[in-house]
Amino acid sequence: MRPAGLTQRLDMAARHVLPVVLTLLLLLLSLLPLKLPGLASIMPPLALMGVFYWGVYRPDLLNGLSAFLIGFVYDLLAGLPIGVSALVLLLVHGFAHARRRSFLSHGFLVVWTGFAVTSAGAFLVTWLLVSILAGMATDPWPAFTQFLMTVLFFPPLARLMGLTHQAFVKDE
Amino acid sequence: MKPTSSTARLAIVKQLAQRFAFATMALAAFALMLVGKADTVLVERLRTTAVDTVTPILEMMSRPAATMAEVVDNVRQLGHIRTENTQLRDDNQKLLRWQEAAKRLESENAQLKELLNFVPGPDAGFVSARVVADSGGAFAHSVLINAGSRQGVRKGQAVVTGEGLVGRVHQVGQHSSRVLLLTDLNSHLPIMLETSRTRAIMTGDNGDKPKLNYLSDTLRLVPGDRVVTSGHGGVLPPGLPVGLMLQGPDGVVRVEPFVNRHKLEFVRIVDYGLGGAITPPEEGVGVQGKR
Repeated sequence: MRPAGLTQRLDMAARHVLPVVLTLLLLLLSLLPLKLPGLASIMPPLALMGVFYWGVYRPDLLNGLSAFLIGFVYDLLAGLPIGVSALVLLLVHGFAHARRRSFLSHGFLVVWTGFAVTSAGAFLVTWLLVSILAGMATDPWPAFTQFLMTVLFFPPLARLMGLTHQAFVKDE
Repeated sequence: MKPTSSTARLAIVKQLAQRFAFATMALAAFALMLVGKADTVLVERLRTTAVDTVTPILEMMSRPAATMAEVVDNVRQLGHIRTENTQLRDDNQKLLRWQEAAKRLESENAQLKELLNFVPGPDAGFVSARVVADSGGAFAHSVLINAGSRQGVRKGQAVVTGEGLVGRVHQVGQHSSRVLLLTDLNSHLPIMLETSRTRAIMTGDNGDKPKLNYLSDTLRLVPGDRVVTSGHGGVLPPGLPVGLMLQGPDGVVRVEPFVNRHKLEFVRIVDYGLGGAITPPEEGVGVQGKR
């Protein structure tokens, strides 16, 4: 009985860390140099999508602290001013978590719209903070195109995460 | 009545705790930003550790990504193979003529240098590295490479490809480094326009085309002029190709870099023996004085 209980618990634990691990994997994936013309500067921040998705569907498995830490790791690796993404992902998670009832009661289109609004806010805040910390206004156009890419990339990625969600993470 | 009120109270307490945690973390993020501004040494050490840790993983992940990109590229090239072939023939003809001219100029240059007793600059050594990550995004333009202090990479060194200057080494770990691209917000580079010899500082603004500031002469600007490093400040050697000058519709003078961010795969980190950007002044002068 005991060994079965242990493996079961291990299995549960593995399933419970999956959202965080998956989001960290997305973060690394978005850092890979894909040699496609023009994509480098508008590569969507995939970790943002992960944080939003799990913030809406399973905020207990990817909580605010995880979002904060994922953002911190992103700041360190991407060379952004430290703390910027940590704050932005924390805010994204907070918003997704606060509005999750209304998102869940409607269809995917509402979730997508919610994501578009959230990421617009996220990009605006990032742009403002980066500009303030650098002491000069940076070119807003690349940020805008990156935002559009992010909104466009959300449905396929959300579908992918939905599949993993259904396959590995059982809902309460 | 009692249990409901106690559960309600519990919910309120829980919500308060959640809000408190949220506010604490938001404050922590702002504190981090301030720390990042103030104590750059600590933050840099954190960053290099993080990058050193992740580089092996990224390296492993970037191999299949590179292979995939290669396959896509191959398929795309197949379609253009005929036109490309004729173009290459033409180019080859033209280049042969250039080679002829270059050889002539080379020997002439050598003769003239001999006449002038010209002292050549120090020979450059270099390290080759693979680009394993692109910061990817509109807010930071940097790439990570899989060579660090163990391979002889030092902060401030020039990073080039066959096409021209890529950027400068910004941060060095043990076996990984971050290269700040020319287009990044934090990149400031003394440059010179090749034909007019006008000097300026090229400053990135996170867009594709960095701006030229502090032009020494704004009257003789010719769009399309080649932009090269000027060698001022002793950070980079003079004459490294950077890009082409262009004048935007808004009147701002910009540079179209020769190197495309998405094409970066292998880069060379060149050591010109200039000591990099952060040699303390007295030390730098002392060393140069002894030479």
